[in-house]
Amino acid sequence: MGPISATITRLYGPRGWMVLGACSFVLFVVFPLLSIAVPPDNPFHVSAYWVTLIGKVMCYAIVAVAMDLIWGYTGILSLGHGLFFALGGYAFGMYLMRQIGRDGQYQSDMPDFMVFLDWKEFPWQWWMSDQFWWCALLVVAVPGLLALVFGFFAFRSRVRGVYFSIITQALTFAAMLLFFRNATGFGGNNGFTDFKRVLGFTITTPETRIVIFMITGATLIGTLLLARYIVTSRLGRVLTAIRDAEARVMFCGYNTMHYKLFVWTLSAVLCGIAGALYVPQVGIINPGEMSPANSIEIAIWVAVGGRGTLVGPIIGAGLVNGAKSLFTQIMPEYWLYVLGLLFILTTLFLPQGVVGLFNRFKKRAA
Amino acid sequence: MRGWILAALLLAAFARPATALDRAAVEKLAYGDSEERIAAIAALVAEGDPRAVTVLRALAEGELKAAGEQAGRRVLIVKGDEVTDAITDEKVSPLPAGTEDVRINNRLRGAVQGALAALKLVSSDRATRFAAVKELAGGAEDAMLPLVRKALDKEDDPAIKTLLVQIAATLELKSGTKESRIAAIRTLADSSNSNVKMLLLSVLENEEDEDVRFAARTSLDQVEERLAWNQRAGLAFAGVSLGSILLLAALGLAITYGVMGVINMAHGELIMIGAYATYVVQNLFRAHLPGAFDWYLACAVPVSFLAAAAVGVFLERTVIRWLYGRPLETLLATWGISLMLIQGVRSLFGAQNVQVENPAFMSGGIEALTDVVLPWSRIVIIGFAFAVLAGMWLMLTRTRLGLYVRGVTQNRAMASCVGVPTGRVDMWAFGLGSGIAGLAGCALSQIGNVGPDLGQSYIVDSFMVVVFGGVGQLAGAVYAALILGLVNKVLESWSGAVIAKIVVLVFIIFFIQRRPQGMFALRGRALD
Repeated sequence: MGPISATITRLYGPRGWMVLGACSFVLFVVFPLLSIAVPPDNPFHVSAYWVTLIGKVMCYAIVAVAMDLIWGYTGILSLGHGLFFALGGYAFGMYLMRQIGRDGQYQSDMPDFMVFLDWKEFPWQWWMSDQFWWCALLVVAVPGLLALVFGFFAFRSRVRGVYFSIITQALTFAAMLLFFRNATGFGGNNGFTDFKRVLGFTITTPETRIVIFMITGATLIGTLLLARYIVTSRLGRVLTAIRDAEARVMFCGYNTMHYKLFVWTLSAVLCGIAGALYVPQVGIINPGEMSPANSIEIAIWVAVGGRGTLVGPIIGAGLVNGAKSLFTQIMPEYWLYVLGLLFILTTLFLPQGVVGLFNRFKKRAA
Repeated sequence: MRGWILAALLLAAFARPATALDRAAVEKLAYGDSEERIAAIAALVAEGDPRAVTVLRALAEGELKAAGEQAGRRVLIVKGDEVTDAITDEKVSPLPAGTEDVRINNRLRGAVQGALAALKLVSSDRATRFAAVKELAGGAEDAMLPLVRKALDKEDDPAIKTLLVQIAATLELKSGTKESRIAAIRTLADSSNSNVKMLLLSVLENEEDEDVRFAARTSLDQVEERLAWNQRAGLAFAGVSLGSILLLAALGLAITYGVMGVINMAHGELIMIGAYATYVVQNLFRAHLPGAFDWYLACAVPVSFLAAAAVGVFLERTVIRWLYGRPLETLLATWGISLMLIQGVRSLFGAQNVQVENPAFMSGGIEALTDVVLPWSRIVIIGFAFAVLAGMWLMLTRTRLGLYVRGVTQNRAMASCVGVPTGRVDMWAFGLGSGIAGLAGCALSQIGNVGPDLGQSYIVDSFMVVVFGGVGQLAGAVYAALILGLVNKVLESWSGAVIAKIVVLVFIIFFIQRRPQGMFALRGRALD
């Protein structure tokens, strides 16, 4: 047994790996075949709508896992994760805007909104934005650095609990106001849209879509395994201990700030990557993604699925967003009631979420 | 008493016999050529007789007629069937033969309009005079100087007199000797009118005489300084006004979060409920008591308090009480409540903003300084905010409920041991905080839009106030609200509203990281 196989057995048991393998098979083989190889009139064909929807939900699931690391395991409720998500989206969106080339409405080298604002050259934020690798770096670096700096100051002065939640909310609110300005250089309240191609491939073809879909799926599985690796490690134990009794962990000689800062920054980076995958699939990014309401919604995905479990947030993100698509199509006026009730009922009656409910039934059956 | 005597004297001065009107001038007006008529208008204006207004108005409206030579030179005013003598105001009948219209061209019409405006200066009504003076302060014709001097002699209202002095100086500046111009420039130094600033600037640019330029520069400095102070005063008022709004929005939160420790994300929606309660009361008054419409606010204040308090008590009993001691869960559950309240209001009243009208006494404003108008609605809200603050302070320090609330806050277990019904105290305290949010909504409905999203725009701000001020007391919230209001407005005047808001938020974020307990920390030994 080498160290790698030891790690593999530590992460999941044989059944867990089998379920994961089955999921991967569906994501990487069945789904692409059904959407590309099966003709559109066949009842088994998976339409572009479903590819986009499930791809989008997988992005949300990455965010939910990231949120679970910081909230479910470390006990820090962030109301600013929507900001990191949007920043990743904007960073990658810059590249997508540059890829439009001269195919925009004004046939200019500049993005349409800059022509509209009568700008003659790119502002400094757009430096090197036509390079894929640079934007991919920004996707990771911008949310990561912001989280690192913000977290450093916040954790150093021991801002915690509700205080931390409120100032993260203020942070995302301030960023939203900033991005709503045209002068900030990111398209004002319209944001980025009308993308044409990515890495030279046309963005709307089924093949490109399914490739992005598969990359998203792989990222989700990678995120899940990384998170699992962290929470089963010694580091993960310290994080759980910080959640349950931070003062005692400090008295035991741990510098809790380093642990919190690490998991907080990692969580933000994961959100940034999710945002970058989200933008090409949905085709738009605007400052509305930074609204405080969006960030709080992330918390409810985690809460519905089950805090402190890693599968839970993925299930929660799927359930809540599935319900959202359903309701906004059938009876949009009732969606906010449902969402509101979800918040209340989950916190009152389902502190462990759906996974907790499932476990309770299993225990009773046993 | 002296004022009355003065007013009587003044009336007597203006009620001189009508025959005093300059006969020659009026006749020139009717029979003379273009130049003579313009001169006649100037003469009438210079004389400043109220009767001249009647004649000039008649001329402007084509009612002035000239009788033929055979009927003797006679200027008449013909209004329908009624004919009067323009000079003596005697009735004349029948209309003398050969009467012709007095023709008027555009040049003359302009002169008449100017003259009518100038003659308002000697009107007996203070408001008319004040309006005329303000209009002339924006720019007066050279020919009006004699009249302005005349009005200045008669005027005894200090506000009007100051303006008249300025107008006279402005006119003097355009013509007149070097000495009189320098004197005029010195007089202008007392002005706080932005037009005077422009005038002095143009003097500086065009003037060749060194002495005049020096006087102009000195005066300009004084005027600019005064203008800057006026601007600062206006800014201070705007800041206090914004601060009072923030205070109102945050006071309820200071109880529920600051004192009870319940983090209520639905606080903004309680504000919204107060605003909609005001809207409903307004509609009821309009439908059933239109006569007493101006007094609907007196009814709306308690109604909005009770409506929001009722919702708050209901929420406390059904949801929040199960979550005491779990702040993050409370945050999420109350956020859910806020979503449902927003959608509920949307279903009931529609997604559009609704109209809430100000009662008559709250519209308009007072002009405290030149260019600084204080709207009544803002003044009332500042007063209202401090009244609510005083009420809350009395409630917390002078009543049994306040005593219980403070007791439960300090030591729940001990309070319970000595017989304080802690559960019920929680309920009433939460109801009180919610009711105050309702009052905030009632006030906000008077100055802003009322819509389902009203609360969302205040929730971040009100949390910032409470957190910045320090959790657990009222004084912190008051200082925080006023400071944030002032800072926001000052920054706004430099950098625009959005940047100001961002800077304030970032400032608070850094401030909390330096001082996590806010400006005023309650001392304690607990680690958590």
